[in-house]
Amino acid sequence: MSTTQESFDYSAHIPSNAEKFRQRTLPLLIFAAILVAIPLTGPSRTVYTLMHQMGINIVLALSYNMLLGRAGLLSFGHAVYFGFGGYFAMHAMNWIADGSGIWADFPVFLLPVLGFGAGALAGAVIGWPSCRRAGTTFAMISLGVAELIASGAFMFDSFFGGEQGISGDRMNGPELFGLTLGPISQVYWFIAFWTVVGVVGMYAFTRTPLGKLSEATRDNPQRVQFIGYNPQRVRYLVFIFSGGFAGLAGAMAAVNYEIFTPDAFSLVPSGFILIMAYVGGITYFVGPIFGAILLTYMQSMMSDFTDAWLLYLGVLFISIVMFAPRGLAGIVFGFSAGLRGPRPRAFLITWLTQLAGVALMLIGLIVLVEIAVRWSNGYGEVFAPFGLPLAQANPLSWLLVVAPAIAGVALSRRAARMREAQA
Amino acid sequence: MNIKKTAILAAALSVFTLTAAAAGTIKMAFIDPLSGPFGPSGEGALTSFQLAAEHINAAGGINGDKIEVTGYDNKVNPKESLVQLQKALDSGARYILQGNGSSVAAALITAVNKYNARNPGQEVLFFNYAAVTPAFTNEMCSFWHFRFDAHADMKMAAITDWIKNNPDIHKVYIIGQDYVFGQAVAKAAVEQLAKKRPDIKIVGNELHPLGKVKDFTPYIQKIVASGADAVITGNWGADMQLLMKAAAESGSNVPYLTFYGGSKGTVAALGAGGINRLYQVTEGITNLPASDKQYALIEEYKKRFPQYDYYYHRSFIAMAMFKAAAEKAKSNDPIPVAKALEGLEIDQAYGKALMRASDHQIQMPLYISTVSDDVKYGVDDTKYGWKLVPNGTISLEAAEQPTTCKMKRPS
Amino acid sequence: METIVFALVNGVIYGLLLFMLSSGLTLIFSMMGVLNFAHASFYMLGAFFAYTIMGATSFWLALIFAPILVGLIGAAVERYGLRRVHVNGHVAELLFTFGLAYLIEEIVKIFYGKTAVDYRVPSILDFPAMQIYGVDLPAYRIFMLFVAIAMLVGLWLLLKRTRAGLIIQAALSHPHMVGHLGHNVPLIFMAVFGIGCALAGLAGVIAGNIFVTDPSMAVQMGPIVFVVVVVGGIGSLEGAFVASLLIGLLQNLAVGVNASFADIFGFLGLSAASEVGSITVSSLGPVLPFLLLVLILIFRPQGLMGEREL
Repeated sequence: MSTTQESFDYSAHIPSNAEKFRQRTLPLLIFAAILVAIPLTGPSRTVYTLMHQMGINIVLALSYNMLLGRAGLLSFGHAVYFGFGGYFAMHAMNWIADGSGIWADFPVFLLPVLGFGAGALAGAVIGWPSCRRAGTTFAMISLGVAELIASGAFMFDSFFGGEQGISGDRMNGPELFGLTLGPISQVYWFIAFWTVVGVVGMYAFTRTPLGKLSEATRDNPQRVQFIGYNPQRVRYLVFIFSGGFAGLAGAMAAVNYEIFTPDAFSLVPSGFILIMAYVGGITYFVGPIFGAILLTYMQSMMSDFTDAWLLYLGVLFISIVMFAPRGLAGIVFGFSAGLRGPRPRAFLITWLTQLAGVALMLIGLIVLVEIAVRWSNGYGEVFAPFGLPLAQANPLSWLLVVAPAIAGVALSRRAARMREAQA
Repeated sequence: MNIKKTAILAAALSVFTLTAAAAGTIKMAFIDPLSGPFGPSGEGALTSFQLAAEHINAAGGINGDKIEVTGYDNKVNPKESLVQLQKALDSGARYILQGNGSSVAAALITAVNKYNARNPGQEVLFFNYAAVTPAFTNEMCSFWHFRFDAHADMKMAAITDWIKNNPDIHKVYIIGQDYVFGQAVAKAAVEQLAKKRPDIKIVGNELHPLGKVKDFTPYIQKIVASGADAVITGNWGADMQLLMKAAAESGSNVPYLTFYGGSKGTVAALGAGGINRLYQVTEGITNLPASDKQYALIEEYKKRFPQYDYYYHRSFIAMAMFKAAAEKAKSNDPIPVAKALEGLEIDQAYGKALMRASDHQIQMPLYISTVSDDVKYGVDDTKYGWKLVPNGTISLEAAEQPTTCKMKRPS
Repeated sequence: METIVFALVNGVIYGLLLFMLSSGLTLIFSMMGVLNFAHASFYMLGAFFAYTIMGATSFWLALIFAPILVGLIGAAVERYGLRRVHVNGHVAELLFTFGLAYLIEEIVKIFYGKTAVDYRVPSILDFPAMQIYGVDLPAYRIFMLFVAIAMLVGLWLLLKRTRAGLIIQAALSHPHMVGHLGHNVPLIFMAVFGIGCALAGLAGVIAGNIFVTDPSMAVQMGPIVFVVVVVGGIGSLEGAFVASLLIGLLQNLAVGVNASFADIFGFLGLSAASEVGSITVSSLGPVLPFLLLVLILIFRPQGLMGEREL
């Protein structure tokens, strides 16, 4: 998929139609084709559930990146718009079930449209005071607003349903495309459709004048003002759209889970959205998609393998911030750019050395953490990867911590020297 | 890493284990927090269930099949619980165990109802061991849901029963967290006290935001100023510990009657400050006189899981009832087991336990206890443990509450 | 009357505790522009270290060495973590501390277990100092008051009476200028970060035993500290002081008010049966700081006493 970074440089050369197709349309077509192909592999319920969550998180992380990556607005309360979209969709789902008035003819399939509206409305109301500022002020306002709304959600039961939230049944109202939305395999088409709509919609947004202006406002608000635009207004409009897409994701979640609870508003999900977008890479359009896929997987599956998955998540996040600030997408595109560069062979060797170094350090870390966690639990359980028992009193265990770690650091240093030599 | 491939591989593996498991394993999925701030409460219960399963397996299993309890980490999030539920279903689990958080339980009840309606022949049962919102066995009751814990109104009945027999108590203060559960506790306290001791004055009925208060001293000051003789609270987690710490510090020595005073860490946080101040209501306490077998179980648990204490007695009750029901039905399938569970009565370590058929709510005696340093078993690795208070035994009948449930049974 | 007296006493003590936490954050924030999300994690570390040291020796040694240890860890974090991330901008630094908070919590869980530890008030201070309207005021709270005041005076002397303090003050308002004058700004940053963390650690040592010392104490305290710093205003320790006391008093006073919205706004026709009407002021207490935060940022973005906007 193309990045706006590449298509930024208009004056140098305007891309040909073929290039436009290759960089912009083709990746979206491939993305859609993958989504169509997945059900052909006969996935299990777990895979479907995971896919649905990924779809929702992809839209959510991309909508967040409209703020952080595109407009340079750091928000700690993005889950609020997700929550409002989801709650409104949940209520609408129940109105459809009641079947009174126009709701009798409203298909559940189109609920994300309403979610978009609710999210955008919430963005318009909350964004009005908060978008007058950028930077840390904006971040702190978003934090305060999120805390207020998360606390308030427990006080107004008629809308938020109290601790148990609002639940509904998606199998009501008119059917669209012959989907009853009952079985999980049918919900898949709903999620896939709206994920594509969300991704295409947000990609299209980056191509609009407003999308371009938001980047300009991020980089230099003063100049934007010089050329006659109001940066506050640009931020506000972007904020509304971002809230709308978050609301869209919220409505997707409402249909998928058929329940929404007030903890959807709290700081924890907001933090998770931030981590998804940043780990994926906020400077690329596709970055948050990578991040959403990886972190959704980690969140739902890694706890099956280890008690310490939160620790690994923290390590992953810190390593990305420290060593790969352009995120997973930065690593992927850096790799492909290097291969197409002047000296692909040397680049590949450096890259593989680095990879081996990271893998070795990871082995050391995993052995250390797993032994430590078992020691801490005190159940007398022994960490035994591949049937090899590694008790904490066993010198071999500590060798397996220290040796890979030292070798890994040495290899990484070597890779760094090789990079310097090449530069 | 190729995520999709891994996911598909994992799914393929789980299909494989499903067919392999058909020969002689009953899979039970334990869906509760196993990481993060609520991790300990989930783990304490999971270890109890696993130990109970081990004992049953060692004695020959159920109808010749072995039980396997697998933990699924839901991070106390309703949505994540539904994801974990799908994973559990994929792995072939037909029994779901959960307890932490009424929001999660509500989500699981609706999800299980819908799943069973949409997938006849593959029904699953939900054994709730700790989510105590009364609605689950009243207006929300479901054939697929069984509750193995006394619900909030029953626990309140135990507390008010004890107050009834304490003529020294004239003024009661109610404090709780400002959300559905806290509000329900407050309402139940007011109603039941009015019925059992109309002379008692409710001198305060306070709700504070959930998990936001750092210093409870001003609340304690209000309690002391009101002249209350007893305090009732449904607080849990940090709100519970901080409230009690502030109470101990202020020197206010009225009894604090709690639902969750026994949750891990509270006694350690209070130390001697808990003596005759912190009270709890539970279905059993380790320091009650019991059989040698029960003492051996308590000691085995502590030895195996030194981080935790024997607290989730109800998980042992649940497993014993499951075994009895399956053997009565001569089947390990959910529908016959569910039908056999209805009205089932067993003898457990601290009295009887009866699964009421009309609403799938367990009935059992409850005990009011307070912290003491003169006990057989301390908790949280301190010398302080729970000791029954005078008049502290509440009979099964006294704790029983009426139900509004209109159960719909499968034909 | 007694409610007010009590709220005042408690509010001041709680406010001073907040100041101890937020003074370090204000220093760090003003100088480096980094909102240290892990600041409350250092508060937690202080409490846990004190628990260990007190178990091995005595509370008084813990009072001295736990903050020093925390300060050293803080300095190391700045030197080997933050400084590296600095080139990637403020957002990266902020996110680094965000991840660090996660990491510290998980590591603490491995070493100290997942639930509360038995960290006690030292027995020498474990007696009621006086009674206010029938409620004991423990001697330990008075002790906290003194520690907080001692810290306040110490910090004031450091900043106003020493050369290092002058440089730090200059760096608070004009970090670049100080660099141009030839001072080793990275070293100052490291020192300030270490001192800030040590102050948070000190707060942990003296507050961990009256609250609860468990791995979630950082998450509980985190957001409120930001509120203090932002409300007080950037670059202003005085502002942080005023904001700490303000929030301490506000929270304590609100609890004492039993009136509901219906009582206050009844003249507008708000009924007690409606959802808004049934909310009481006392139940709002803990939410008030965040309301204050949002209002301040909208109407006075430089904070109460700050000189420049965030």
